[in-house]
Amino acid sequence: MSINQEVELLRNIPLFAKIEPAKLKLLAFTSERLTYQPEQTLCHQGDIGDAAYIIIDGEAVVRIGTSAGEIEVARLGKGDVVGEIAILCDVPRTATVLAVDRVTVLKITKELFFRLVNEFPQIAIEIMRELAARLERTNAQLRDAVSRNGTT
Amino acid sequence: MLRRLRFDLYARILRFPLGRFRRMSQGEIIPMVTAEVEPLGGFIGDSISLPAFQGGTLITILAFMFIQDPILGLAAISLYPIQGYVIPKLQRQVNLLGKERVRTVRTMSDKIGETVSGVLEVHANDNARLMLARFAERLNRIYDIRFEIYKKKFFIKFLNNFLAQLTPFFFYSIGGYLVIRGELSIGAMVAVLAAYKDLSAPWKELLGYYERKEDARIKYEQVIEQFDPPTIMDPALQTGDADAGPAESAGIRSSNLGWIDDDGEMQVEGISIKIEPGERVALLGPPNGGKEALGLLLARLVLPTSGNLNFGDRDMTVLPEAVTGRRLGYVGPAAFAFSTSIRENLLIGAMHRPLIEAERDAAAQAVAKRAAENAAIAGNSTDDPHADWVDYAAIGVDDAGGLSKRLVELLDVVDLWDDCYQLGLRGTLDPQKRPDIAERILDARRSFADRLAGDPSLAELVEPFAADRYNSNASVAENLLFGTPVDGTFASDSIAASPYVRQILGTVGLTDDFLTMGRDMAATMVELFADLPADHEFFSQFSFISPDDLPEFQALVTRVDRSGVGGLSEDDRSRLLSLPFKLIAARHRLGLLDDAMKLRILEARRAFAENLPSEMANAVAFFTADTYNAAASVQDNFLFGKIAYGQADAPARVGKVIAEVLESLDLRATVIEVGLDFEVGIGGSRLSAAQRQKIGIARMLLRRPDICVFNDAVGSIESAAQNRVIDRVLAETEGRTVIWSLQHPDLARRFQRVLVLRGGRVVEDGAPDSLDRSGTEFHTMAAGS
Repeated sequence: MSINQEVELLRNIPLFAKIEPAKLKLLAFTSERLTYQPEQTLCHQGDIGDAAYIIIDGEAVVRIGTSAGEIEVARLGKGDVVGEIAILCDVPRTATVLAVDRVTVLKITKELFFRLVNEFPQIAIEIMRELAARLERTNAQLRDAVSRNGTT
Repeated sequence: MLRRLRFDLYARILRFPLGRFRRMSQGEIIPMVTAEVEPLGGFIGDSISLPAFQGGTLITILAFMFIQDPILGLAAISLYPIQGYVIPKLQRQVNLLGKERVRTVRTMSDKIGETVSGVLEVHANDNARLMLARFAERLNRIYDIRFEIYKKKFFIKFLNNFLAQLTPFFFYSIGGYLVIRGELSIGAMVAVLAAYKDLSAPWKELLGYYERKEDARIKYEQVIEQFDPPTIMDPALQTGDADAGPAESAGIRSSNLGWIDDDGEMQVEGISIKIEPGERVALLGPPNGGKEALGLLLARLVLPTSGNLNFGDRDMTVLPEAVTGRRLGYVGPAAFAFSTSIRENLLIGAMHRPLIEAERDAAAQAVAKRAAENAAIAGNSTDDPHADWVDYAAIGVDDAGGLSKRLVELLDVVDLWDDCYQLGLRGTLDPQKRPDIAERILDARRSFADRLAGDPSLAELVEPFAADRYNSNASVAENLLFGTPVDGTFASDSIAASPYVRQILGTVGLTDDFLTMGRDMAATMVELFADLPADHEFFSQFSFISPDDLPEFQALVTRVDRSGVGGLSEDDRSRLLSLPFKLIAARHRLGLLDDAMKLRILEARRAFAENLPSEMANAVAFFTADTYNAAASVQDNFLFGKIAYGQADAPARVGKVIAEVLESLDLRATVIEVGLDFEVGIGGSRLSAAQRQKIGIARMLLRRPDICVFNDAVGSIESAAQNRVIDRVLAETEGRTVIWSLQHPDLARRFQRVLVLRGGRVVEDGAPDSLDRSGTEFHTMAAGS
């Protein structure tokens, strides 16, 4: 797959939809495209994060290790962005991401990511939207869990 | 003479007390041994012949003149007493200036040396102007002195010449008058005049000789006074070899031991301790509390100024270095690495005297013999530096094979094994010198290829080289060469300029395609990078074109778009052609290399190899499946391919497979061998401080001293490895005495005994458990850490 195809792909991701193609090309050119084998980890909970990943092909699963063992919290597919929390707030990886089948990603370094966010507020808004949606989802899950605990 | 002098000076440097090096820098010592004594050598040659020859001539002429006419003879030398009185007086002033000049030049070279070693600070603090100003001041001072010297010297010359001409003037005037009066025969007058003319030449020579003698004397005195400190070590302590030292398993005993250093600072005092053989002692205490000084004293690197220090039944202060340097071991906080291989750096710990004669053929033997004879005449060392100096018995091995094994063990002890393994993989090997190893690496290449072929998930990680396939993970240049460039001819920066490569491109009709590719790459680079700031890191990481050249390429792309690649100037063509060679299809993903293009590059590859002129045959080492490539690293020889881009963790995963394959073939030690041959650079600059430190520890452990002193020896090692290294070193030195000065009290718990030093005295002494109760220094330190 050449860079031009990657650019097409990126343009279809809502996060990058409003960015001019030349910038997307720079993003594609300066990012490593990596292929992960099934079961290989993209990032490991607790590690220091230095990059975010855009999944361009395949499926990955997000798991969080708890005292009760690992629980699966999400499944990611083409166009999803993962790993941005650790580089946004300089905390260790909050979850483990595993490839389910062959996964191809674009690896965006911290430096490049911040540059993009700075230059294109649109990206920041998209990320906020995504994070808010996740928070809402988590809150819903928490509500469920509390009410379940209350009934039993 | 000069040789003897230099040797003696160098020998004295080796015997200087350590404190002296705090006041005398490299920059001062080096010119003294090299440049300053050089004129002495020239002078020594003249010192006898010149006064004998010129003095003889002078006396002969004077005798002739006196015989001719005693009065005229007397007149001829009448001014000599004046010269004999005035000139030494002037010369003394010149001498003083000369001395000052030598001193100033010495401090100047000291400053230069200081700038070289502190250049990082100069850059970091923007001190260049200050440095230049200070240097200019020094130069100015030297200029002033020199000017002063010249003024004085030329005055002396003037005086000499004046007096030399004054005498004939009087001869002519007074002598002429006497001749007219008939009191002097004109014959005698002419004869004396002629003789006097001849007299001035040797006289001048003698005066010149006097000047040079004075000059040489100053230099000699100034060098000698620097090299004769009052507390210089007795030479017998260094060269003596007969002494075996105290009986086996000797301990250390000190009573009332004290040391006041060169600056008059009390470092330790009143230390009375007894350390049994095999005991493990940790020295603790605040910095400068005396633990470092005690370490130096116990390793006999400094001599105590009061009290007694015994090693077994012997007085340690008079033991020769042959005993202290073998039975005692010392590693300080910043171990030094000599500019040679890692192996040599380790072995130097066990190289005390020549043991096995070097193998030489008859001719070389004769040369060596003559060199030794000359050295003996000049009073130099007659030891053969090329002999085998390694003390196998001290290391505890029988031969070179055992030694290699032992070195690998020690690398593991000091946690340097992995570093050395990586250096070995990246290092190169001369298959001519080690055909056996090269052969085994080729075996490993085959098993590695089998391993890859058998496992599809691994097969994606490495793209092997094949003569008839384009390698997408290699650059276009590598694909064209299908080999490793050996010298600069086909190096990645210059390959596009090579006329031969241009000719091959022309033959297979690729020139225009490469130009078009170059244009496309340039256009992409301009599009991507044009609005980035010039210092942006993306340029160095990703761009084919440097920020300075970018505008030029922008114009170039416009020109190509207007008039096509045909109408380009030679400069423009070179510029465009340089780009495609750097392209790596799998990495850059620019989509410029389609299958048809790849096939044509393969065609160029064949043409390149077939037509390569014989004079360029050595400029490239071709990839062939069953020969070792001497120009490529050991790892590349295993892989015989490229690690694929775009596979997650590919280098680490490939590294793991390589390690497994090497392990199964029992080749890891071989790679270590290659790593041991890594050249560490000046002062070990190609290694990290921690690596140098580890080498220092391994160097000492190698020769198995009875008593091992570690003065804060793991401080520069990363903290995770510190515990590991201390544990392994303690296990390695089982049964021998270990004295370890530590920063952190928690490390001290693995020692039998702890000495806490404060203010130069031992304030606590005991097992760590017994000391760890409230109220002790040890407890306070342990709680504070």
